Amino acid sequence: MQRMIDCGAGAIVTKSIGMQPREGYANPTVLELEYGLLNAMGLPNPGIDQYGQEMKKLQKSKTPIIGSIYAATTEEFVALAHKMEQYGAAAVELNVSCPHAKRYGLEVGCDATLLHTIVSSVKQQVKIPVFVKLSPNVVNIVEIAQAAEKGNADAIVAINTVKGMKIDLETAHPILANRTGGYSGKAIKPIGVRCVYDIAQNVNIPVIGVGGVTTGEDAVEYFMAGASAVQIGSAVYYRGPEVFKHVCKEINVWMDKHGYKKIAELVGAAYQ
Amino acid sequence: MNIPTITTILTSTTEATDIKTITFRYPGTVLPGQFFMIWIPGVDEIPMSVSQITKDVKGFTFRKIGDATHALYHLSPGSKIGVRGPYGNGFKLTGKHLLFVGGGTGIAMLVPVVEQARKRNLQSTVIIGVKTKNELFFEDRLRLCGATVLVSTDDGSKGYKGLASDLAKDILTKENIDAVFTCGPEPMMKTLLSCCKTIPFQASLERYMKCSIGICGQCCVGNGLRVCLDGPIFDGKTLKKDEDFGIYKRDAAGRKIPF
Repeated sequence: MQRMIDCGAGAIVTKSIGMQPREGYANPTVLELEYGLLNAMGLPNPGIDQYGQEMKKLQKSKTPIIGSIYAATTEEFVALAHKMEQYGAAAVELNVSCPHAKRYGLEVGCDATLLHTIVSSVKQQVKIPVFVKLSPNVVNIVEIAQAAEKGNADAIVAINTVKGMKIDLETAHPILANRTGGYSGKAIKPIGVRCVYDIAQNVNIPVIGVGGVTTGEDAVEYFMAGASAVQIGSAVYYRGPEVFKHVCKEINVWMDKHGYKKIAELVGAAYQ
Repeated sequence: MNIPTITTILTSTTEATDIKTITFRYPGTVLPGQFFMIWIPGVDEIPMSVSQITKDVKGFTFRKIGDATHALYHLSPGSKIGVRGPYGNGFKLTGKHLLFVGGGTGIAMLVPVVEQARKRNLQSTVIIGVKTKNELFFEDRLRLCGATVLVSTDDGSKGYKGLASDLAKDILTKENIDAVFTCGPEPMMKTLLSCCKTIPFQASLERYMKCSIGICGQCCVGNGLRVCLDGPIFDGKTLKKDEDFGIYKRDAAGRKIPF
């Protein structure tokens, strides 16, 4: 994480952390396909208690750390958020959208009533802002976003990966050890942009766009769709950890060229 | 695309108790020190540094220790495995008289760089450190390429009795060594580094790997150096600043485990 901070990231979202240590799935866990990455890491993490050590190391840095957490129950989400707040996280992000971890993630994130309960419970218990990361693998993402807003979420993060699979033809084996995984990178950008566009017009809280942001222009597209900020993951593979510096610079160059002074002027520009 | 390509095992050779070399056809360029991800469908995918490099055939040598290596050990020629790579940076040869120190199976991935050094007529001294003489392999192959080979065993069953790093310390004081190359248990390599002072040093690190392409963070050491992409070979200057080196590694869940 320190390296990503050194490479110009404006904030850092941690790996998703749960109550107990979790090893994740056997390999292969990540593949690069024609137009993006397919992964089934399986939420590996050292558990919230041990994660305090990692957070402590980053305390000196001025870069905000957003603690991503996953859980199966409301009580666990509350406990995790509490710990993240104690550890000095600037915000928590509820991962209710992992497409390949049984009991966790998507099973929480496609149930609007359950999500509302989780978000409002967490909000009542912590002072730091609460973000909710949503899955595109649902029938109506706007409904889910509205449930999070009703629970007093401070922002929506959209989107998590798109559920997918890759099969090896020679052996007829799905290559990922977990068989299915989440697709990310350039290929899912149009899906992310559409989700942000739909959500941002139907909620009154900020939306953070994620899914395929690789260049400054990708970020600008998300801003126009209604995002106030963007997250970058897969592009670290395509452009290295320096991607954060590059994208920031490219956003500035694009804005100068097109006569924009603030990102706020771009947010939602596509609603016309 | 970065996915395993299915290939068939050409040969599977026993080198010592529980240790085998598997070869497969791969016509591309591979540098000594680089590694492949080897996929055993339905079991696992694990990193394997190359121990054999010829124009069309590459090979790796391993000890039977976990599920994946157990499965590999029992595969015969003709069996299908998935291969992707090569990954990582590889060794960089510098100097005229080189010292190579391999601890345990670490010697396997050093052999190609010794052979490369000998092809360039560089004086090469190799220390193979093992617990006991039954675990010794590649001694003949190293002598055949013209290297001076010294053996250390913990129990004194062959050669020098004691640690490879102690024997190396001896050589470093007696001989004029220009550069040191090592692969083996990390505490051994850390001791070796402390003996090298200003002598250029390169070590191959091993970490639990997942993605192998620099995105997942599982194999990070120090301040975010990725063993899969920034390594697996690191120089002495980098390792002296790396607070993890020889101290701890991380398990599959990312927990710190002391060596």
